[in-house]
This record gives sequence, C-alpha cells and structure tokens, in this order.
Amino acid sequence: MNEAGTAKASVNQGETTMKNASTFKVTTPSDKEIQMTRVFDAPRPLVKDAFSKPELLKKWLLGPPGWEMVVCNVATKPGDRFRYEWRNTETGHQFGTGGVAREISPGRVVHTEVMDGAPSESLVTTDFVEEGGKTTVTMTLLFESKEHRDMALKSGMEHGVAASYNRLEELLTSGPA
Amino acid sequence: MQQKRSQQLDAIFAALADSTRRAIVARLASGEASVMELAKPFAMSQPAISKHLKVLERAGLISRGQDRQRRPRRLEAKRLAEATRWLERYRRIWEANFQRLDALLEELKAQEKGGAKR
Repeated sequence: MNEAGTAKASVNQGETTMKNASTFKVTTPSDKEIQMTRVFDAPRPLVKDAFSKPELLKKWLLGPPGWEMVVCNVATKPGDRFRYEWRNTETGHQFGTGGVAREISPGRVVHTEVMDGAPSESLVTTDFVEEGGKTTVTMTLLFESKEHRDMALKSGMEHGVAASYNRLEELLTSGPA
Repeated sequence: MQQKRSQQLDAIFAALADSTRRAIVARLASGEASVMELAKPFAMSQPAISKHLKVLERAGLISRGQDRQRRPRRLEAKRLAEATRWLERYRRIWEANFQRLDALLEELKAQEKGGAKR
C-alpha cells in the first residue's frame, strides 16, 4: 500500500501552511484503486451542495493554478450523464471528464467516469459521513486494471502540463531524494 | 545551465502533452516493448507509433534496448523519476481543490448563519 499523505510537503518552498493538510490522505488500497479521504469542517448538506451544485463546483474543482471550469453539467438522478470541462486560461488547452450517475443518496454518490484520453472508464464512489459537525469525504476510484489506475494517477500531468511547470521544475531541480 | 534545464523540461512536457505518448510511457513503465508490441493496443500503424517514439526519445524519456532485431524501447526511469512523483502530485492537485473547498464551506456556513437570523 502506497501512501502520499505524509510525503515531502517541504519540497515546495513557497507553499503556505496547509489547513487540514494532515487530514488528507491519498492511498492505493489495491492495485486497481485510488482512495482519497478528507475531513471538512462543515455539516454534510453543505459539503454535498459543494460537490453537486455547478455554481459551487466551479469555485473549487479546478486542479492546478491557471485552470477554470468552463463546462459543469451535473447529474441529479441515477442514469443522468455528467460532464466537466476545464480550460487553461494561459494556453487555451481544454480538458474534460464525464460519465453516468449510478447512485445518488444523502450519504453516497456513485458514478462511472472516463477522463478525456483515458482508455477505459472507472467507477467512482464518494461517501459523505458527518460526525460532530464535520464531514469526512472518501472518494474511491476503481479502475479496470492496474495500468489504467496508474495512468489516471499520472494524468495529474494532463491537467498540469502547462500549469504545474514551476512545481515540476522545483522537483527536478531539488535533485534526487 | 538553468536555460538548458528549462529546455529539457519543455521537451519532456511537449512529449507528454499527447495522450498516445502518455499511454506509451505508461505501457513502458511495466516493461520494455518492441515497436510492433507498442503499436498493437493503439490501433495505429507502425510508422505513426514510430513518430511518437521519436518525440519521446528526443525528450530522453525512452531509449532503445540491446536486442538488434526487436529494438525494444524502454523507459528511462531516471529521467522520469524526478518528474514523476505521481501520487504526491495527484495529492497536491486535490489538496489545492480541497483548500478552495474549505474556504467555500466557510462562506456557505456564514451565509447560513446570516440566513437564520433573518
């Protein structure tokens, strides 16, 4: 099991102290999965809103700096298609993802998803659990194979080709670990 | 020096800016492969694949193996290593998202409070 939750946060010198950073974990629980867990200091209905309303999604689901969300069609019931697209404000590059909702309930959203350029779809399960006014969100991405899972991990590049240039340069120039 | 490094990065980024080439890199991550083997899953002609391989080669991301006949391509792991802390990068992208979401949730909570007073 790999875990990046505690990986080199200090590599990026300009980084500001991350609020809640210690509560965020990305793991690979199996060969075909990526799982993210994050606690938000808000009750579940608000967090659900932020994950499901276009006007709210557009404010935070952006990826690396320099990208804006230009298409945000959400699914409101099982069987609905959703489609998200982002555009790099500098380069004009566009990138998108979409799929079909399978389950939408207060505590869980399940949808299939195919990122542009990806060879196959993944099944994304998002769980919302509230406790003491805080909501834990767990996203589990299940892929067809390890290869496809790894490609998805690497698709940070997809988004980041132009935008994370500086960050990558820092990694490169920081030399071998 | 700095400029050379920057040019190298440009080459790497340009090479990886194409989804077929990213798929080739992902394929080679699981072991070396001949041009024919690489062409198969992409439903592309060998010349088309060769073009992509040339770009990756120029960026230093792949090289040719010893076997004269198969001329297998393999990933230059060292070259990629520094640039590919994939999981960490993935985490960072999402962490940036989630920090924006933190701020948004604060706003929403404040709005709800305001709404309740009304």
